[in-house]
Amino acid sequence: MDSLEAKVVVLGSQGVGKTSVVVRYIGKAFSRHLSPTIGASFFTCKLTIQGFHVKLQIWDTAGQERFRSMAPMYYRNANAALLVFDITSYESYLNMKTWVMELRRNVEEAVVMCVLGNKCDLKSNRAVNTTEAQQYAVSIGATYFETSAVSNEGIEEAFAQTALGLIEVFKNNESQHNKSNDSLDGVDNVLSPQYPLRTNVIKTSEPEGQRIFCC
Amino acid sequence: MATASCKSLEDSETARESEEETEIPKDFEPGASSESILISIDLYEEVENSPGSVYEDVSYRRRKSTICELERSAGKRVLAEEQVETSKSFDDKSQDGQLKAEIGHDESIRIKNSPNVEPIRIEMESIQMSSDEEKHEIIETAEDIHNPEWKQHSKHIFILSEAGKPIYSRFGSEDKLVTLMGVMQALVSIVQDNGDVIRSIHAGDHKFVFLVRLPLILVAVANTNASAPQLVVQLNCVYNLILSVLTSTQLCSIFEQRRNYDLRRLLGGAEKFLDNLVDTMDSDPSFLLVAVRCLPLTSAIRDTISQSIVQYCSKVKNVVFAILVAKNQLVTIVRMKKYSLHPSDLHLVMNLVNSSDSFKAAESWTPICLPKFDSSGFLHAHVSYLDDNCPACLLLLTVDKNLFFTLQECRRKIVERLHRYNCLEAINASLESEGYSVSEVGLPDLRHFIYKSKSAAQFTEPRLEAPYVSNEDQSNLFGLYQYLHHRMYNSARPLKILFYVGQKEIMLSWHMAGFELYAAFEPMVTKFTAVNTMNKLVRWIKKEEDRLFIMNAPTI
Repeated sequence: MDSLEAKVVVLGSQGVGKTSVVVRYIGKAFSRHLSPTIGASFFTCKLTIQGFHVKLQIWDTAGQERFRSMAPMYYRNANAALLVFDITSYESYLNMKTWVMELRRNVEEAVVMCVLGNKCDLKSNRAVNTTEAQQYAVSIGATYFETSAVSNEGIEEAFAQTALGLIEVFKNNESQHNKSNDSLDGVDNVLSPQYPLRTNVIKTSEPEGQRIFCC
Repeated sequence: MATASCKSLEDSETARESEEETEIPKDFEPGASSESILISIDLYEEVENSPGSVYEDVSYRRRKSTICELERSAGKRVLAEEQVETSKSFDDKSQDGQLKAEIGHDESIRIKNSPNVEPIRIEMESIQMSSDEEKHEIIETAEDIHNPEWKQHSKHIFILSEAGKPIYSRFGSEDKLVTLMGVMQALVSIVQDNGDVIRSIHAGDHKFVFLVRLPLILVAVANTNASAPQLVVQLNCVYNLILSVLTSTQLCSIFEQRRNYDLRRLLGGAEKFLDNLVDTMDSDPSFLLVAVRCLPLTSAIRDTISQSIVQYCSKVKNVVFAILVAKNQLVTIVRMKKYSLHPSDLHLVMNLVNSSDSFKAAESWTPICLPKFDSSGFLHAHVSYLDDNCPACLLLLTVDKNLFFTLQECRRKIVERLHRYNCLEAINASLESEGYSVSEVGLPDLRHFIYKSKSAAQFTEPRLEAPYVSNEDQSNLFGLYQYLHHRMYNSARPLKILFYVGQKEIMLSWHMAGFELYAAFEPMVTKFTAVNTMNKLVRWIKKEEDRLFIMNAPTI
């Protein structure tokens, strides 16, 4: 079975529930008394999907303003990004968009993006329209999920979808890889001048082999 | 307090008598070792001499940054030119810093119970009244200046910007204290106009203490036992905490660009650290003594822990400090050769660990600035608890921001080795016993003591036991220690030994070349017995020093 290892960064405003989402997914629990993250916390998890062993290295970043300038350190070489906002705060939605722009500006390779409208258990206080968020997600080529760490909604799906996105990228790379291998033997190598296209989603047949990160 | 009789014996007969009797050598210092893990300093001297503005030394620091130096030497470890560079940059500095220096180093005024106080107070009140009208619009949820509860707090700490913008207040919401902070800013600038620096105002039981560290102004208002210089030290700690969050470089550049900047935006999330620091300073002698409390451990266990850290950290380049703390107590520090940690930097690290549960959830990778080490930049810290069942937290500090995975691996091996040698159990056992009882010393008249080894910058105290059980009694005792400490360090008349009769106990403090000792005795004890007991106590500490102090300074 193929396996891959990827770096996932979780971004969003302060207090939107980034840590809650991650802790819900990994620890299968919810706590109302989580302290704000300082810097970034590091989690790993493994899942098997579509015949792939996927190992996710999750960087749960701090949403506080003072860590904003540190963010590049955490999202550099990320393969996927979970962009979290709070459906009861339009400001957090706008802020999430600035994260998308920042990622586009600073990360050269394509990132699998997944937008999460968190706290969907608080529907009565909703400030962000589902369709609006959905459309925005589509426009940036991301998937959209409404999630709740309290009631455990949508989180499994979001991570699974992210993993699928990563597998997709991985498969594309494989085929590109093969193609360029062929083309190297053949005449025409113009099609894939930048070989390999993505160096940082790699096969991890040996556990401590090449790391995705070159950070 | 005022009614209690107090008698100080400077180089007194009693002291001489006791010295002869038990022959405590002049340089006797239990807990001292040839090489200290921490930098020992006289903080009070330092506070007096440090620059009034962060601008003054930032250009100097940028070139002389310890972090830059470490980064440069990452390839080749040559650290020779240091001294030449220092003197050169001092010359540069003296030119652009001249104007400010004139103000900063002037003899400052000290308004003490002078008629000046009254007009200032009246001014304050008139402003309060005018703001009264606006009050209707504000919904009264948080405590504000009109709230009697707000006035009841025994200590307030305020931080404002040079322009008078509120940044932090321990109690109440900053927004509602805008006018009050305006008054503080006015006081600072009025005095500044005369080419002077305001230090403190004493009005009745209240002390208003100012610390001007441009672009910030810090103010403490207290009616506690803490003296004005002690409050300055506290403010300095608070200021250092701000630097540890932002770095001096960032702090300067923000205010250089926008003098009106609302710093609360950037400090968002750090209020908890400030609250925690401000609160612990009222009960923790660490800050008063500028020293660190160590977790009592047998030297064999401590050495094993240090060695485990050295073994794996030495394989990683660029680890500057490896710090293991457990519940506000230091287990060990391993440091890079030539670099030492300042106790107040360590206080900030402990405060960070104490104020947040976030580190318990997962390993973290977080930037932290240690202002005394290098205020201009961040170190990167790998922070993790050793185990779910052990409240000891390991911090690996480096200058290399790309080292997370290396340190993660390094940490894993350290923890594995600590498990193998049962170090976690030893740490837990020591934590559970909550230190030691004063009865272990075997001196019946002794109730409690605090001993600081000066060169080691470490202190020890037994746990608080009866009669110091209630919070009130405990804080009274701490107040007495503050009072003793203040009297001993009084710049007008520093003391060597002080015998003080309090309302419920007798206090004795004793300073020697190598140590400071403060102790509480039963109320009926005689001067002679008390001094004798102190001698025995020092000998007991000497006997136990291996357990109570960190005696060696392992380096990588």
